Amino acid sequence: MTAKAGLQVRLRRAAPFALDVAFEAPAGSITALFGPSGSGKTTVLRAIAGLQPMDDARISCGDGTWTDTAAGLTIPPHRRPVGFVFQDYALFPHLTVCEQLALSLGHRPAAERPARIDALLELVQLQELGERRPAALSGGQQQRAALARALARDPAVLLLDEPFAAVDWALRESLRRELVRLQRALSLTVVLVTHDFEDVAKLASHLVVIEHGAVTAHGPVEALTARNAVPGVSGWREPAVALDACIEAHESERQLTVITAGDLRLEVPTIAAPVGAPVRIQLAAREVILASRRPEGLSLHNVVEAEVVAIEPASHPALRLVHLRVGETRVLSLVTADAERKLGLAPRQPVLALIKAVAVEAFA
Amino acid sequence: MDWTALGLSLRLGLVTVVLLLPLSFLLARWLAFGRFRGRGLVEALVALPLILPPTVVGFYLLVAFGRSSPVGAAFESLFGEPLVFSFEGLVLASLLVNLPFAVQPMQNALAAIPPNVRDAARCCGLSPLQAVRHVELPLALPGIATGAVLTFAHTLGEFGVVLMVGGSIPGETRTISIAIYDRVQAFDEPAAGAMALLLLVIAVVALGITNTLARRAGRRD
Repeated sequence: MTAKAGLQVRLRRAAPFALDVAFEAPAGSITALFGPSGSGKTTVLRAIAGLQPMDDARISCGDGTWTDTAAGLTIPPHRRPVGFVFQDYALFPHLTVCEQLALSLGHRPAAERPARIDALLELVQLQELGERRPAALSGGQQQRAALARALARDPAVLLLDEPFAAVDWALRESLRRELVRLQRALSLTVVLVTHDFEDVAKLASHLVVIEHGAVTAHGPVEALTARNAVPGVSGWREPAVALDACIEAHESERQLTVITAGDLRLEVPTIAAPVGAPVRIQLAAREVILASRRPEGLSLHNVVEAEVVAIEPASHPALRLVHLRVGETRVLSLVTADAERKLGLAPRQPVLALIKAVAVEAFA
Repeated sequence: MDWTALGLSLRLGLVTVVLLLPLSFLLARWLAFGRFRGRGLVEALVALPLILPPTVVGFYLLVAFGRSSPVGAAFESLFGEPLVFSFEGLVLASLLVNLPFAVQPMQNALAAIPPNVRDAARCCGLSPLQAVRHVELPLALPGIATGAVLTFAHTLGEFGVVLMVGGSIPGETRTISIAIYDRVQAFDEPAAGAMALLLLVIAVVALGITNTLARRAGRRD
Protein backbone atom coordinates (compact mmCIF):
# COMPACT_ATOMS: atom_id res chain seq x y z
CA MET A 1 0.00 0.00 0.00
CA THR A 2 2.92 2.35 0.51
CA ALA A 3 5.67 3.23 -1.89
CA LYS A 4 9.00 1.83 -0.78
CA ALA A 5 10.84 5.05 -1.17
CA GLY A 6 13.48 6.70 0.96
CA LEU A 7 13.19 10.34 1.92
CA GLN A 8 15.94 12.79 1.12
CA VAL A 9 16.00 16.11 2.87
CA ARG A 10 18.23 19.14 2.54
CA LEU A 11 17.12 22.36 4.19
CA ARG A 12 18.72 25.72 4.72
CA ARG A 13 17.26 28.78 6.33
CA ALA A 14 18.76 31.90 7.87
CA ALA A 15 15.92 33.36 9.94
CA PRO A 16 14.25 33.36 12.45
CA PHE A 17 16.89 30.89 13.59
CA ALA A 18 19.56 29.29 11.44
CA LEU A 19 18.80 25.84 10.13
CA ASP A 20 21.08 23.81 7.93
CA VAL A 21 20.36 20.10 7.78
CA ALA A 22 20.72 17.30 5.28
CA PHE A 23 19.90 13.65 5.86
CA GLU A 24 18.30 10.63 4.34
CA ALA A 25 15.56 8.51 5.91
CA PRO A 26 15.78 5.01 4.46
CA ALA A 27 12.63 3.39 3.15
CA GLY A 28 10.75 0.97 5.37
CA SER A 29 12.43 1.94 8.62
CA ILE A 30 12.14 4.40 11.48
CA THR A 31 14.44 7.41 11.45
CA ALA A 32 14.59 9.50 14.60
CA LEU A 33 15.32 13.23 14.55
CA PHE A 34 16.76 13.61 18.00
CA GLY A 35 17.85 16.74 19.82
CA PRO A 36 17.03 19.14 22.63
CA SER A 37 13.90 21.29 22.55
CA GLY A 38 14.28 24.27 20.27
CA SER A 39 16.91 22.65 18.08
CA GLY A 40 14.75 22.87 14.97
CA LYS A 41 13.55 19.25 14.73
CA THR A 42 9.86 20.10 14.45
CA THR A 43 10.61 22.75 11.83
CA VAL A 44 12.33 20.07 9.75
CA LEU A 45 9.32 17.80 10.08
CA ARG A 46 6.95 20.62 9.09
CA ALA A 47 9.11 21.43 6.09
CA ILE A 48 8.89 17.81 4.94
CA ALA A 49 5.10 18.06 5.14
CA GLY A 50 5.19 21.33 3.21
CA LEU A 51 3.81 23.32 6.15
CA GLN A 52 6.97 25.36 6.61
CA PRO A 53 8.36 27.46 3.77
CA MET A 54 12.15 27.33 3.39
CA ASP A 55 14.62 29.67 1.70
CA ASP A 56 16.66 26.88 0.24
CA ALA A 57 15.42 23.32 0.29
CA ARG A 58 15.29 20.12 -1.64
CA ILE A 59 13.01 17.37 -0.40
CA SER A 60 12.42 14.26 -2.42
CA CYS A 61 10.92 10.89 -1.75
CA GLY A 62 11.63 8.00 -4.09
CA ASP A 63 10.96 9.31 -7.59
CA GLY A 64 8.96 12.31 -6.44
CA THR A 65 10.37 15.73 -5.68
CA TRP A 66 8.28 17.61 -3.14
CA THR A 67 10.32 20.76 -2.70
CA ASP A 68 13.06 22.16 -4.86
CA THR A 69 13.51 25.85 -4.24
CA ALA A 70 16.26 26.03 -6.89
CA ALA A 71 13.71 24.95 -9.50
CA GLY A 72 10.91 26.99 -7.89
CA LEU A 73 8.98 23.84 -7.09
CA THR A 74 6.85 23.41 -3.97
CA ILE A 75 4.12 20.80 -3.84
CA PRO A 76 1.41 22.04 -1.44
CA PRO A 77 0.88 19.98 1.75
CA HIS A 78 -2.40 18.43 0.62
CA ARG A 79 -0.76 16.90 -2.46
CA ARG A 80 2.15 15.31 -0.60
CA PRO A 81 1.70 11.67 0.36
CA VAL A 82 2.58 12.25 4.01
CA GLY A 83 0.79 11.34 7.19
CA PHE A 84 1.41 13.74 10.06
CA VAL A 85 0.79 12.94 13.71
CA PHE A 86 1.02 16.19 15.65
CA GLN A 87 2.35 16.38 19.19
CA ASP A 88 -1.07 17.43 20.50
CA TYR A 89 -2.72 15.09 17.90
CA ALA A 90 -4.68 18.02 16.35
CA LEU A 91 -7.82 15.95 15.92
CA PHE A 92 -10.83 17.80 14.52
CA PRO A 93 -12.96 18.49 17.61
CA HIS A 94 -16.25 18.58 15.68
CA LEU A 95 -15.87 15.22 13.92
CA THR A 96 -16.13 11.61 15.07
CA VAL A 97 -13.17 9.30 14.55
CA CYS A 98 -14.87 7.77 11.49
CA GLU A 99 -15.57 11.21 10.02
CA GLN A 100 -11.94 12.23 10.49
CA LEU A 101 -10.81 9.08 8.69
CA ALA A 102 -13.33 9.64 5.89
CA LEU A 103 -11.96 13.15 5.41
CA SER A 104 -8.46 11.73 4.95
CA LEU A 105 -9.61 9.18 2.38
CA GLY A 106 -10.37 11.74 -0.32
CA HIS A 107 -7.81 10.11 -2.63
CA ARG A 108 -9.75 6.82 -2.66
CA PRO A 109 -13.00 6.14 -4.53
CA ALA A 110 -16.04 6.74 -2.33
CA ALA A 111 -17.10 3.11 -2.59
CA GLU A 112 -13.87 1.90 -0.96
CA ARG A 113 -13.96 4.29 1.98
CA PRO A 114 -16.28 2.51 4.45
CA ALA A 115 -14.28 -0.73 4.27
CA ARG A 116 -11.07 1.23 4.56
CA ILE A 117 -12.36 3.05 7.67
CA ASP A 118 -13.18 -0.30 9.30
CA ALA A 119 -9.74 -1.64 8.44
CA LEU A 120 -8.00 1.43 9.87
CA LEU A 121 -10.04 1.31 13.09
CA GLU A 122 -9.08 -2.32 13.49
CA LEU A 123 -5.44 -1.53 12.80
CA VAL A 124 -5.29 0.87 15.75
CA GLN A 125 -7.81 -1.09 17.84
CA LEU A 126 -10.49 1.56 18.00
CA GLN A 127 -13.30 -0.53 16.47
CA GLU A 128 -15.75 0.28 19.26
CA LEU A 129 -14.98 3.99 19.36
CA GLY A 130 -15.43 5.08 15.74
CA GLU A 131 -18.53 7.14 16.52
CA ARG A 132 -16.89 9.11 19.31
CA ARG A 133 -15.61 12.63 19.13
CA PRO A 134 -12.06 13.38 20.34
CA ALA A 135 -13.26 14.90 23.63
CA ALA A 136 -14.75 11.50 24.54
CA LEU A 137 -11.45 9.63 23.98
CA SER A 138 -8.58 9.07 26.41
CA GLY A 139 -5.09 10.39 25.60
CA GLY A 140 -3.91 7.05 24.25
CA GLN A 141 -7.05 6.61 22.18
CA GLN A 142 -6.63 10.10 20.75
CA GLN A 143 -3.09 9.24 19.75
CA ARG A 144 -4.24 6.07 18.03
CA ALA A 145 -7.00 7.99 16.26
CA ALA A 146 -4.43 10.53 15.05
CA LEU A 147 -2.22 7.67 13.85
CA ALA A 148 -5.14 6.08 11.98
CA ARG A 149 -5.98 9.43 10.39
CA ALA A 150 -2.37 9.82 9.23
CA LEU A 151 -2.31 6.27 7.87
CA ALA A 152 -5.60 6.82 6.05
CA ARG A 153 -3.75 8.85 3.45
CA ASP A 154 -1.66 5.82 2.48
CA PRO A 155 1.40 7.94 3.11
CA ALA A 156 4.78 7.32 1.54
CA VAL A 157 6.23 8.81 4.74
CA LEU A 158 4.70 8.91 8.19
CA LEU A 159 5.80 11.94 10.21
CA LEU A 160 5.50 11.82 14.00
CA ASP A 161 6.14 14.87 16.17
CA GLU A 162 6.99 13.85 19.75
CA PRO A 163 4.28 11.20 19.59
CA PHE A 164 4.69 10.00 23.18
CA ALA A 165 5.40 13.28 24.96
CA ALA A 166 1.82 13.81 26.09
CA VAL A 167 1.19 10.39 27.66
CA ASP A 168 2.38 8.80 30.89
CA TRP A 169 5.14 6.23 31.10
CA ALA A 170 3.05 3.04 31.13
CA LEU A 171 0.97 4.11 28.15
CA ARG A 172 4.11 5.26 26.36
CA GLU A 173 5.52 1.72 26.36
CA SER A 174 2.37 0.22 24.90
CA LEU A 175 2.06 2.96 22.27
CA ARG A 176 5.68 2.41 21.27
CA ARG A 177 4.94 -1.31 20.81
CA GLU A 178 1.89 -0.38 18.76
CA LEU A 179 3.95 1.86 16.51
CA VAL A 180 6.65 -0.76 16.00
CA ARG A 181 4.00 -3.36 15.18
CA LEU A 182 2.34 -1.09 12.60
CA GLN A 183 5.63 0.02 11.13
CA ARG A 184 6.72 -3.58 10.58
CA ALA A 185 3.33 -4.79 9.38
CA LEU A 186 3.02 -2.02 6.80
CA SER A 187 6.77 -1.51 6.10
CA LEU A 188 6.24 2.17 6.76
CA THR A 189 8.88 4.79 6.25
CA VAL A 190 8.72 6.78 9.46
CA VAL A 191 10.40 10.02 10.54
CA LEU A 192 10.02 10.57 14.26
CA VAL A 193 10.92 13.73 16.14
CA THR A 194 11.85 13.19 19.77
CA HIS A 195 13.89 14.58 22.63
CA ASP A 196 13.59 11.32 24.58
CA PHE A 197 16.47 8.97 23.87
CA GLU A 198 14.33 6.01 24.96
CA ASP A 199 12.33 6.52 21.74
CA VAL A 200 15.54 6.35 19.75
CA ALA A 201 16.89 3.31 21.58
CA LYS A 202 13.64 1.38 21.37
CA LEU A 203 12.19 2.38 18.02
CA ALA A 204 14.62 3.90 15.58
CA SER A 205 17.02 2.15 13.28
CA HIS A 206 18.46 5.41 11.99
CA LEU A 207 19.35 8.45 13.97
CA VAL A 208 19.79 12.08 12.97
CA VAL A 209 21.00 14.26 15.83
CA ILE A 210 20.06 17.93 15.42
CA GLU A 211 21.54 20.59 17.67
CA HIS A 212 21.17 24.34 17.16
CA GLY A 213 19.73 23.81 13.71
CA ALA A 214 22.55 21.60 12.43
CA VAL A 215 23.07 17.85 12.11
CA THR A 216 25.80 16.82 14.55
CA ALA A 217 25.64 13.07 13.90
CA HIS A 218 23.72 10.66 11.76
CA GLY A 219 23.79 6.98 10.98
CA PRO A 220 22.45 3.64 12.18
CA VAL A 221 21.45 3.70 15.85
CA GLU A 222 23.42 0.52 16.49
CA ALA A 223 26.70 1.98 15.27
CA LEU A 224 26.23 5.32 17.02
CA THR A 225 25.33 3.82 20.40
CA ALA A 226 28.12 1.22 20.16
CA ARG A 227 30.64 4.01 19.76
CA ASN A 228 28.96 5.82 22.66
CA ALA A 229 28.97 8.74 20.27
CA VAL A 230 25.55 10.32 20.28
CA PRO A 231 25.98 14.07 20.75
CA GLY A 232 23.71 15.50 23.40
CA VAL A 233 23.35 12.07 24.99
CA SER A 234 26.79 10.69 25.74
CA GLY A 235 27.24 13.04 28.68
CA TRP A 236 24.08 12.45 30.67
CA ARG A 237 22.89 9.08 29.57
CA GLU A 238 24.51 5.95 30.83
CA PRO A 239 26.51 4.31 28.00
CA ALA A 240 24.42 1.54 26.44
CA VAL A 241 24.26 -0.13 23.06
CA ALA A 242 21.00 -0.52 21.18
CA LEU A 243 21.06 -3.63 19.00
CA ASP A 244 18.69 -5.12 16.47
CA ALA A 245 18.20 -8.74 17.46
CA CYS A 246 16.09 -11.62 16.34
CA ILE A 247 14.38 -14.39 18.30
CA GLU A 248 16.29 -17.62 17.74
CA ALA A 249 14.46 -20.08 19.98
CA HIS A 250 12.23 -20.38 23.02
CA GLU A 251 13.28 -22.68 25.86
CA SER A 252 9.91 -22.93 27.49
CA GLU A 253 11.02 -25.26 30.29
CA ARG A 254 13.66 -22.83 31.50
CA GLN A 255 11.41 -19.85 30.70
CA LEU A 256 14.13 -18.35 28.57
CA THR A 257 14.33 -17.01 25.05
CA VAL A 258 17.48 -17.19 22.95
CA ILE A 259 18.12 -14.10 20.83
CA THR A 260 20.90 -13.21 18.43
CA ALA A 261 22.13 -9.74 17.66
CA GLY A 262 24.67 -10.12 14.90
CA ASP A 263 27.29 -12.41 16.36
CA LEU A 264 26.07 -11.94 19.90
CA ARG A 265 23.91 -14.77 21.24
CA LEU A 266 22.06 -14.17 24.49
CA GLU A 267 19.67 -16.01 26.77
CA VAL A 268 17.06 -13.66 28.19
CA PRO A 269 13.78 -14.03 30.13
CA THR A 270 10.95 -15.23 27.89
CA ILE A 271 9.89 -12.73 25.24
CA ALA A 272 6.33 -13.05 24.01
CA ALA A 273 7.07 -13.04 20.29
CA PRO A 274 7.41 -15.82 17.72
CA VAL A 275 10.72 -17.33 16.61
CA GLY A 276 12.24 -15.16 13.90
CA ALA A 277 10.59 -11.99 15.18
CA PRO A 278 12.77 -8.88 15.39
CA VAL A 279 13.58 -7.52 18.84
CA ARG A 280 15.30 -4.31 19.83
CA ILE A 281 17.60 -4.79 22.81
CA GLN A 282 19.44 -2.34 24.99
CA LEU A 283 22.50 -3.39 26.92
CA ALA A 284 23.84 -0.93 29.45
CA ALA A 285 27.63 -0.83 29.79
CA ARG A 286 27.42 -1.12 33.59
CA GLU A 287 25.64 -4.49 33.22
CA VAL A 288 28.49 -6.08 31.28
CA ILE A 289 31.12 -7.67 33.55
CA LEU A 290 34.54 -8.63 32.22
CA ALA A 291 36.44 -11.79 33.23
CA SER A 292 39.69 -13.42 32.17
CA ARG A 293 38.59 -16.94 33.14
CA ARG A 294 35.29 -18.72 32.78
CA PRO A 295 33.52 -18.34 36.15
CA GLU A 296 31.68 -21.14 37.90
CA GLY A 297 28.83 -21.34 40.37
CA LEU A 298 27.17 -18.11 39.27
CA SER A 299 23.54 -17.47 38.43
CA LEU A 300 24.79 -16.19 35.11
CA HIS A 301 23.34 -17.22 31.76
CA ASN A 302 25.53 -15.45 29.27
CA VAL A 303 29.29 -15.85 29.10
CA VAL A 304 30.40 -14.44 25.77
CA GLU A 305 33.84 -14.50 24.19
CA ALA A 306 34.81 -10.99 23.20
CA GLU A 307 37.81 -8.90 22.26
CA VAL A 308 38.77 -5.49 23.60
CA VAL A 309 38.70 -2.84 20.89
CA ALA A 310 39.49 0.28 22.88
CA ILE A 311 39.44 1.66 26.40
CA GLU A 312 38.38 5.22 27.09
CA PRO A 313 37.88 7.33 30.19
CA ALA A 314 34.33 7.36 31.49
CA SER A 315 32.30 10.10 33.17
CA HIS A 316 33.82 9.25 36.57
CA PRO A 317 37.65 9.33 36.95
CA ALA A 318 37.67 5.89 38.62
CA LEU A 319 35.80 4.28 35.72
CA ARG A 320 36.71 3.11 32.23
CA LEU A 321 34.48 2.45 29.26
CA VAL A 322 35.68 -0.65 27.43
CA HIS A 323 34.65 -1.11 23.80
CA LEU A 324 34.26 -4.78 22.96
CA ARG A 325 33.77 -6.85 19.85
CA VAL A 326 31.78 -10.05 19.81
CA GLY A 327 32.50 -11.17 16.29
CA GLU A 328 31.38 -8.08 14.39
CA THR A 329 28.90 -6.92 17.04
CA ARG A 330 29.93 -4.10 19.34
CA VAL A 331 29.22 -4.03 23.07
CA LEU A 332 30.27 -1.61 25.81
CA SER A 333 31.41 -2.46 29.34
CA LEU A 334 31.87 -0.05 32.23
CA VAL A 335 34.55 -1.19 34.66
CA THR A 336 36.67 0.42 37.37
CA ALA A 337 40.17 1.60 36.62
CA ASP A 338 41.22 -0.90 39.27
CA ALA A 339 39.64 -3.78 37.34
CA GLU A 340 41.35 -2.55 34.19
CA ARG A 341 44.72 -2.90 35.96
CA LYS A 342 43.90 -6.28 37.57
CA LEU A 343 42.79 -7.80 34.28
CA GLY A 344 45.54 -6.00 32.39
CA LEU A 345 43.03 -4.86 29.78
CA ALA A 346 44.47 -3.70 26.48
CA PRO A 347 43.27 -3.46 22.88
CA ARG A 348 42.96 -6.77 20.98
CA GLN A 349 43.00 -8.74 24.24
CA PRO A 350 40.45 -11.58 24.40
CA VAL A 351 38.11 -11.41 27.40
CA LEU A 352 34.89 -12.99 28.57
CA ALA A 353 31.86 -10.70 28.80
CA LEU A 354 29.41 -11.76 31.50
CA ILE A 355 25.86 -10.58 30.88
CA LYS A 356 22.96 -11.25 33.24
CA ALA A 357 19.85 -12.42 31.43
CA VAL A 358 17.75 -9.82 33.24
CA ALA A 359 20.17 -7.04 32.28
CA VAL A 360 19.09 -7.26 28.65
CA GLU A 361 16.25 -4.83 28.03
CA ALA A 362 14.26 -6.31 25.19
CA PHE A 363 11.63 -4.39 23.26
CA ALA A 364 9.58 -6.62 20.98
CA MET B 1 -48.23 49.15 14.90
CA ASP B 2 -46.66 50.18 11.60
CA TRP B 3 -46.58 46.85 9.73
CA THR B 4 -44.95 48.37 6.66
CA ALA B 5 -42.11 49.66 8.80
CA LEU B 6 -41.76 46.29 10.54
CA GLY B 7 -41.67 44.48 7.18
CA LEU B 8 -39.08 46.93 5.88
CA SER B 9 -36.91 46.45 8.97
CA LEU B 10 -37.10 42.67 8.70
CA ARG B 11 -36.24 42.85 4.99
CA LEU B 12 -33.33 45.20 5.70
CA GLY B 13 -32.09 42.88 8.45
CA LEU B 14 -32.26 39.78 6.26
CA VAL B 15 -30.63 41.42 3.24
CA THR B 16 -27.87 42.80 5.46
CA VAL B 17 -27.22 39.40 7.07
CA VAL B 18 -27.19 37.54 3.75
CA LEU B 19 -24.81 40.00 2.10
CA LEU B 20 -22.66 40.70 5.12
CA LEU B 21 -21.92 37.15 6.32
CA PRO B 22 -19.79 35.98 3.39
CA LEU B 23 -17.96 39.31 3.17
CA SER B 24 -17.32 39.36 6.89
CA PHE B 25 -16.13 35.75 6.90
CA LEU B 26 -13.47 36.59 4.32
CA LEU B 27 -12.47 39.71 6.24
CA ALA B 28 -12.48 37.85 9.58
CA ARG B 29 -10.37 35.03 8.12
CA TRP B 30 -7.91 37.52 6.72
CA LEU B 31 -7.63 39.26 10.09
CA ALA B 32 -7.44 35.99 12.04
CA PHE B 33 -4.84 34.18 9.94
CA GLY B 34 -3.18 36.76 7.71
CA ARG B 35 0.35 37.91 8.39
CA PHE B 36 0.58 41.49 7.26
CA ARG B 37 1.55 44.95 8.43
CA GLY B 38 -1.23 47.28 9.41
CA ARG B 39 -3.55 44.64 10.78
CA GLY B 40 -4.16 46.90 13.81
CA LEU B 41 -5.27 49.69 11.50
CA VAL B 42 -7.71 47.44 9.61
CA GLU B 43 -9.10 46.13 12.90
CA ALA B 44 -9.55 49.69 14.17
CA LEU B 45 -11.39 50.69 10.98
CA VAL B 46 -13.70 47.68 11.31
CA ALA B 47 -14.43 48.60 14.94
CA LEU B 48 -14.99 52.29 14.19
CA PRO B 49 -18.82 52.10 13.87
CA LEU B 50 -18.92 50.75 17.44
CA ILE B 51 -17.58 53.93 18.99
CA LEU B 52 -18.52 56.69 16.54
CA PRO B 53 -21.86 58.42 17.22
CA PRO B 54 -24.40 57.11 14.66
CA THR B 55 -25.06 60.65 13.51
CA VAL B 56 -21.38 61.06 12.64
CA VAL B 57 -21.32 57.79 10.69
CA GLY B 58 -24.61 58.79 9.06
CA PHE B 59 -23.29 62.21 8.14
CA TYR B 60 -20.22 60.84 6.40
CA LEU B 61 -22.26 58.18 4.61
CA LEU B 62 -24.72 60.86 3.51
CA VAL B 63 -21.85 62.85 2.04
CA ALA B 64 -20.30 59.73 0.49
CA PHE B 65 -23.59 58.60 -1.05
CA GLY B 66 -24.55 62.04 -2.33
CA ARG B 67 -24.87 62.90 -6.00
CA SER B 68 -21.61 64.88 -5.98
CA SER B 69 -19.60 61.97 -4.58
CA PRO B 70 -18.09 59.29 -6.87
CA VAL B 71 -20.07 56.50 -5.16
CA GLY B 72 -23.39 58.32 -5.37
CA ALA B 73 -22.77 59.47 -8.95
CA ALA B 74 -21.77 55.96 -10.06
CA PHE B 75 -24.88 54.45 -8.48
CA GLU B 76 -27.16 57.01 -10.08
CA SER B 77 -25.66 56.56 -13.54
CA LEU B 78 -26.00 52.77 -13.21
CA PHE B 79 -29.50 52.52 -11.77
CA GLY B 80 -31.01 55.86 -12.69
CA GLU B 81 -31.97 56.83 -9.15
CA PRO B 82 -30.10 58.40 -6.25
CA LEU B 83 -28.48 56.27 -3.55
CA VAL B 84 -29.44 58.52 -0.66
CA PHE B 85 -32.97 58.19 0.74
CA SER B 86 -33.35 54.79 -0.98
CA PHE B 87 -33.57 51.22 0.33
CA GLU B 88 -30.35 50.36 -1.52
CA GLY B 89 -28.55 53.21 0.23
CA LEU B 90 -29.92 51.93 3.53
CA VAL B 91 -28.57 48.45 2.79
CA LEU B 92 -25.13 49.83 1.97
CA ALA B 93 -25.09 51.91 5.15
CA SER B 94 -26.31 48.94 7.16
CA LEU B 95 -23.51 46.74 5.80
CA LEU B 96 -20.86 49.24 6.86
CA VAL B 97 -22.38 49.95 10.27
CA ASN B 98 -22.76 46.26 11.08
CA LEU B 99 -19.24 45.27 10.06
CA PRO B 100 -17.89 44.99 13.62
CA PHE B 101 -20.93 43.01 14.82
CA ALA B 102 -20.38 40.39 12.10
CA VAL B 103 -16.58 40.38 11.86
CA GLN B 104 -15.52 40.32 15.49
CA PRO B 105 -17.31 37.12 16.64
CA MET B 106 -16.15 35.31 13.48
CA GLN B 107 -12.59 36.53 13.86
CA ASN B 108 -12.52 35.36 17.48
CA ALA B 109 -13.95 31.97 16.56
CA LEU B 110 -11.44 31.47 13.73
CA ALA B 111 -8.50 32.64 15.84
CA ALA B 112 -9.50 30.08 18.49
CA ILE B 113 -8.89 27.18 16.07
CA PRO B 114 -5.50 25.70 17.03
CA PRO B 115 -2.95 26.22 14.21
CA ASN B 116 -2.12 22.50 14.29
CA VAL B 117 -5.76 21.64 13.54
CA ARG B 118 -5.62 23.79 10.40
CA ASP B 119 -2.30 22.22 9.43
CA ALA B 120 -3.76 18.76 10.10
CA ALA B 121 -6.53 19.53 7.61
CA ARG B 122 -3.94 20.18 4.91
CA CYS B 123 -2.02 17.04 5.88
CA CYS B 124 -5.25 15.06 5.55
CA GLY B 125 -5.25 15.94 1.87
CA LEU B 126 -7.73 18.83 1.99
CA SER B 127 -7.16 21.74 -0.38
CA PRO B 128 -7.33 25.21 1.21
CA LEU B 129 -10.95 25.54 0.07
CA GLN B 130 -11.89 22.08 1.37
CA ALA B 131 -10.18 22.89 4.66
CA VAL B 132 -12.40 25.97 4.99
CA ARG B 133 -15.52 23.95 4.24
CA HIS B 134 -14.81 20.89 6.41
CA VAL B 135 -12.81 22.34 9.28
CA GLU B 136 -12.82 26.13 9.57
CA LEU B 137 -16.51 26.79 8.82
CA PRO B 138 -17.87 24.12 11.19
CA LEU B 139 -15.49 25.15 13.97
CA ALA B 140 -16.31 28.84 13.50
CA LEU B 141 -20.05 28.17 13.24
CA PRO B 142 -20.96 29.48 16.72
CA GLY B 143 -19.09 32.71 15.88
CA ILE B 144 -20.78 32.95 12.50
CA ALA B 145 -24.21 32.43 14.05
CA THR B 146 -23.47 35.00 16.75
CA GLY B 147 -22.41 37.46 14.06
CA ALA B 148 -25.63 36.82 12.14
CA VAL B 149 -27.89 37.27 15.16
CA LEU B 150 -26.12 40.40 16.35
CA THR B 151 -26.19 41.90 12.86
CA PHE B 152 -29.90 41.19 12.45
CA ALA B 153 -30.85 42.54 15.86
CA HIS B 154 -28.67 45.59 15.49
CA THR B 155 -30.10 46.36 12.04
CA LEU B 156 -33.63 46.35 13.44
CA GLY B 157 -32.56 48.78 16.15
CA GLU B 158 -30.35 51.16 14.16
CA PHE B 159 -31.75 54.67 14.29
CA GLY B 160 -29.26 57.48 13.82
CA VAL B 161 -27.58 56.25 10.68
CA VAL B 162 -30.90 55.28 9.07
CA LEU B 163 -32.38 58.69 9.81
CA MET B 164 -29.37 60.48 8.34
CA VAL B 165 -29.00 58.37 5.19
CA GLY B 166 -32.56 57.24 4.58
CA GLY B 167 -34.83 59.83 6.06
CA SER B 168 -38.28 58.47 6.77
CA ILE B 169 -39.93 57.51 3.50
CA PRO B 170 -42.73 55.00 4.18
CA GLY B 171 -42.07 51.61 2.53
CA GLU B 172 -38.65 52.74 1.36
CA THR B 173 -36.59 53.92 4.32
CA ARG B 174 -38.91 54.18 7.30
CA THR B 175 -37.73 51.33 9.51
CA ILE B 176 -39.43 50.33 12.73
CA SER B 177 -37.10 52.37 14.95
CA ILE B 178 -37.84 55.45 12.83
CA ALA B 179 -41.53 54.62 13.06
CA ILE B 180 -41.32 54.53 16.86
CA TYR B 181 -39.75 57.98 16.83
CA ASP B 182 -42.48 59.26 14.47
CA ARG B 183 -45.23 57.83 16.71
CA VAL B 184 -43.69 59.48 19.80
CA GLN B 185 -43.53 62.79 17.94
CA ALA B 186 -47.22 62.36 17.11
CA PHE B 187 -48.05 61.59 20.78
CA ASP B 188 -49.26 58.10 19.73
CA GLU B 189 -47.84 56.39 22.79
CA PRO B 190 -49.69 53.03 22.50
CA ALA B 191 -48.33 52.41 18.96
CA ALA B 192 -44.80 53.46 19.98
CA GLY B 193 -45.04 51.24 23.06
CA ALA B 194 -46.13 48.19 21.07
CA MET B 195 -43.27 48.54 18.59
CA ALA B 196 -40.72 49.27 21.34
CA LEU B 197 -41.86 46.14 23.18
CA LEU B 198 -41.45 44.11 19.99
CA LEU B 199 -37.86 45.34 19.55
CA LEU B 200 -37.18 44.62 23.23
CA VAL B 201 -38.39 41.04 22.83
CA ILE B 202 -36.28 40.56 19.68
CA ALA B 203 -33.20 41.93 21.48
CA VAL B 204 -33.70 39.60 24.47
CA VAL B 205 -34.19 36.58 22.20
CA ALA B 206 -31.10 37.53 20.18
CA LEU B 207 -28.96 37.77 23.30
CA GLY B 208 -30.33 34.44 24.51
CA ILE B 209 -29.35 32.81 21.22
CA THR B 210 -25.84 34.29 21.16
CA ASN B 211 -25.19 33.34 24.79
CA THR B 212 -26.33 29.77 24.15
CA LEU B 213 -24.10 29.55 21.09
CA ALA B 214 -21.13 30.93 22.99
CA ARG B 215 -21.66 28.39 25.78
CA ARG B 216 -21.97 25.55 23.29
CA ALA B 217 -18.78 26.63 21.54
CA GLY B 218 -16.98 26.68 24.88
CA ARG B 219 -18.23 23.23 25.85
CA ARG B 220 -16.88 21.41 22.82
CA ASP B 221 -13.23 22.00 23.62
